[in-house]
Amino acid sequence: MLLELKGINKTYDNGQPLHVLKGIDLSIDKGEFVSIMGASGSGKSTLLNILGILDNYDSGEYYIDGKLIRDLSESAAAGYRNRLIGFIFQSFNLIAFKTAVENVELPLYYQGVSRRRRHERAMELLDKFGLTQWANHYPNEMSGGQKQRVAIARALITDPTILLADEPTGALDSKTSEDVMKLFTQINREMGATIIIVTHESGVANCTDKIIHIKDGLIGRIEDNRQHRASMFGTNTIMK
Amino acid sequence: MRDLFIEIAGNIRRNKMRTCLTGFAVSWGIFMLIVLLGAGNGLMNAFLRDAQDVSVNTMQIGGNRTSKPYDGLKEGRRIRLDAGDVDLLRGEAFADVIDDVSPTVSASASVVLSDKYFSTTLQGDYPERVEMDGIRLLHGRFVNSRDIRQKRKIIVLPSSKAEQLVHGATPISSLVGRDVKVGNFIFKVAGIYKADASDNESYCYVPFTTLKSIYLKGEYVDDITFSFHGIKNIEEGEAFESRLRAAVNSRHRASPTDLGAIWVWNRFVQSIQMDNGMSILNKALWIVGLFTLLSGIVGVSNIMLISVRERTHEFGIRKAIGAKPSKIMSLIISESVVVTTVFGYIGMVAGMLACEVLDKTVGQSSLDVMGETISFLKNISVGLDVALEATVLLIIAGTIAGLIPARKAAKVRPIEALRAE
Repeated sequence: MLLELKGINKTYDNGQPLHVLKGIDLSIDKGEFVSIMGASGSGKSTLLNILGILDNYDSGEYYIDGKLIRDLSESAAAGYRNRLIGFIFQSFNLIAFKTAVENVELPLYYQGVSRRRRHERAMELLDKFGLTQWANHYPNEMSGGQKQRVAIARALITDPTILLADEPTGALDSKTSEDVMKLFTQINREMGATIIIVTHESGVANCTDKIIHIKDGLIGRIEDNRQHRASMFGTNTIMK
Repeated sequence: MRDLFIEIAGNIRRNKMRTCLTGFAVSWGIFMLIVLLGAGNGLMNAFLRDAQDVSVNTMQIGGNRTSKPYDGLKEGRRIRLDAGDVDLLRGEAFADVIDDVSPTVSASASVVLSDKYFSTTLQGDYPERVEMDGIRLLHGRFVNSRDIRQKRKIIVLPSSKAEQLVHGATPISSLVGRDVKVGNFIFKVAGIYKADASDNESYCYVPFTTLKSIYLKGEYVDDITFSFHGIKNIEEGEAFESRLRAAVNSRHRASPTDLGAIWVWNRFVQSIQMDNGMSILNKALWIVGLFTLLSGIVGVSNIMLISVRERTHEFGIRKAIGAKPSKIMSLIISESVVVTTVFGYIGMVAGMLACEVLDKTVGQSSLDVMGETISFLKNISVGLDVALEATVLLIIAGTIAGLIPARKAAKVRPIEALRAE
């Protein structure tokens, strides 16, 4: 198994303790295309934070590729995030004063890759996503779909073990959402990337091969969705 | 490194106005520091103008009047130094401390060259005088040992007086080798030394033996200068001075503790005291300058804090995609250092220009007090050492200014990236 979670517990203590994750057991294999669905407050964001090594958990075990991820120093966590995980955010989170290509290069900058090498690699990815002529534009000169594609390029540039997307279509219209989901599917099929998408949109979840439902801090149903028939709305489009 | 500078330049460009206003405070601080130190140097230079060339390891003594009755003699008796004192200083008693001894006799005379003349004090001296008094020769040579032996009639003129002997644009160097009339005798000009018009003591030097025989000075000498070694601090200097007084006083039947019998110009103690005074002044100026700079540094720190707060989300993203806390810290600290050094340098250059302007205006003014020209500021400037010190200071200051904001930035949690703007 590529990802393995065993009895993960997480309690937030803001005045009164809030037990958010109550023993999550989950494993995800290499090359899977998975979505995590849940209502707000179900703990899916917390699970995402733990999966992305953005936050610590209280008890349990979390392995990525056999490596135990627990009680890491800030610096070590940053290193793992850089090499193992590619993030895609709802609001794109491109740095506004950097051009598209500079944004895509950034993770490699933190790896200490030389200027020329990372520029080459970034241009390669932008080219693949049809963004070559936008390479030297700033995020505010691009459409939402373009921005998200740049963000996906940034997430992919380090060849991460997992691609982690938090509501990747949350800020996009239905047409663009569809394009982005197609891109994810393509990345999964062609590049063999492991993709985990956290969403509350059933149409988005329907594009994935496996849907993990999370409810009140526990894993509920795990749906096999290789037929892509999970959502009655999701057969042809993504409803907004 | 280059990437870091591109990042910093980008951020500064986005906040031009804010950065410039903050930077101005730093420029102003360094400007004040440089101008203060420059003015302080000017003041010191004016003070030390005469003293700077003099060898500090020398002492000069001369006869005076006793201030205590002793050995049956009343106070107020005149003491004159003589060859015996020279022998005493050259002798065994002081061999541990004293090196060269150079007695001087002096006389007044006028120096005439055709229709030009001036009055002066002639100093009969030995060759050692050049080093002891830091005499800087412009042309020709000083008195040498052959002059002393042969009692040659040669004279060394100060440049300020030499100018009074030549017509218009004739260079004073043409005087070397010419004969001038000194009193009733003809002397040959052997050399000319550097002396400003404002220097109050510009003697004409002749060989000791020559002056002594012409003016029939007998065994008497007017003052004795000697160089010494092995005295390290004021206490030792003062102890040696007492020992010297006691020895010379007893030769002239004066009380060994009589401070009036001879005068002693202890250049060593004097120079230490002067150095101490100067270093206190210098320190005071540094402190005032540093406090002015401090307000600039606090300003930079403050603006960096605001900037870090504004960029919280950005730092969250950077950390989420793998920036280590140390990378974020170095980014902020470098930005702070770049802002302080760039603006600091502007202030430094402006300060140095201001020193130049001050030097050309205030620095040239002088007052005539009782026939003597006194300037209060001379050569207002700061040296390369101060510029280097200021550079190091700016880098340190920039680092300190950036430290708190940088720590704040490094503490931003990567979860911030997930928070929608």
